[in-house]
Amino acid sequence: MLVHTSLLNHTLHHKPAGVRSSPMQKYANPLRFTRLADKILPWSSAVAVAAFIGGLYLALAASPPDFQQGESVRLMYVHVPNAWLSTQTYMFIALLSAVSIIWKHPLADLGAKAAAPIGLIFTGLALITGSIWGKPMWGTWWVWDARLTSVLVLFFLYLGYMAIWRAIEDQQKASKVAAILALVGVVNIPIIKFSVEWWNTLHQPSSVFRAEGPAIDGSMLWPLLVMVLAFQAYFVTVLLWRMKAEIVERKLLALQYQEASE
Amino acid sequence: MNSFLTILKRDVRLAIRDGNTGGMAVAFFLIVVTLFPLGVGPELPILARISAGVIWAAALLSALLSLDGLFQADFEDGALDLFALSDPPLEYVVAAKAVAHWVVTGLPIIVAAPFLAILMNIPADGLWILILSMTIGTPGLSFIGAIGAALTVTLKQGGALVPILVLPLYIPILIFGVSAIDSAIFGGNPVPSLLILGAITLFAMGLAPFAAAAALRAALE
Repeated sequence: MLVHTSLLNHTLHHKPAGVRSSPMQKYANPLRFTRLADKILPWSSAVAVAAFIGGLYLALAASPPDFQQGESVRLMYVHVPNAWLSTQTYMFIALLSAVSIIWKHPLADLGAKAAAPIGLIFTGLALITGSIWGKPMWGTWWVWDARLTSVLVLFFLYLGYMAIWRAIEDQQKASKVAAILALVGVVNIPIIKFSVEWWNTLHQPSSVFRAEGPAIDGSMLWPLLVMVLAFQAYFVTVLLWRMKAEIVERKLLALQYQEASE
Repeated sequence: MNSFLTILKRDVRLAIRDGNTGGMAVAFFLIVVTLFPLGVGPELPILARISAGVIWAAALLSALLSLDGLFQADFEDGALDLFALSDPPLEYVVAAKAVAHWVVTGLPIIVAAPFLAILMNIPADGLWILILSMTIGTPGLSFIGAIGAALTVTLKQGGALVPILVLPLYIPILIFGVSAIDSAIFGGNPVPSLLILGAITLFAMGLAPFAAAAALRAALE
């Protein structure tokens, strides 16, 4: 049974003086990372709460109803940030997986593991809010349009990624296997992004990122951007919480094994 | 090339003597397709409309069936360790084993598909494109499947996990395989879909050996 003892060793052994390390190496030390996380957390959680309050006020009260969609356009302010964060989180996991494979950075696979359930929730909420929005707009809860389908596929990718972490007991082995899976799955992300252009179906094309500038009016764009900020800050906060919890959990496990072997 | 052929022959021979791969895949394929007329109803126009999709979806499932055996037996009896230590790179071994998987499951499925297509009342225009699209697409299934098999090789009960990992990655093959046949049936041009299908298969053949070999190395550590 292998344990992630490197995490423990980092905290026990001091580095010889005069050796300078890059920031990436520096925060491979879980103690340093935890200290940094503790510094970021109050800010990120404060931004998340403030942006959620402000964003929800702007989205639900201050912004105008759409001339076509009426009040149901307000679902956009929840749906769009979820949808963005669902792909962004997967990219984040893939990036950390690459870092974990290339540099064997101990915190990279920890971060990827911690991000996965958050991404799964974002993806699930994007599907659910999209479905609720689709009912008044398209007259049906679900359409098999390219974009919805590829978000559903993304949901399955998250499930598979989390399942492999769960299935392989040896966490070091699991981190490698999961990283390979994440990198293989990232092939799916461009398919999601460009599926709108490929199949061009019921789902409206993206109206924020366009060459001619946003097609969405400022009175709706601002609440949306505030909500996106809220979701991003929420992501950072929960990610750091989960990473800290994972570090503590692994330390506990390592200590238990140490105790058992003595 | 010699070691490639040796591994390929070895795996095909093992699968044939084991007696539960090729025949099982076809039997499974047949049964899954049979479920659809029973579920949807026997109206011939409806069956004709869904035939391409049903046959392709059943082919995906049949390809999955024998995947968990792809590396498992060799992992358990230590042959995989020898492969990893021997001269040809592990990527090479993975490619040979994926081709062997295609020979014992993909090839029988391609042979069986036209008969099932007739049972599903596929319009005559689609029949040749069905065979063509399956010939182009099924190697991709074996290669992508090899990734899933390699990722789960250490797991005693990887069987349930493999479909969750692999089926999402199969979706592009399903989409373009079916769209080639449908465009042939409904008066379109199947060539673009077939070309994309070929691109996906080639991409899988190029990428999958590296991903699967990396996963196997992690498993063997």
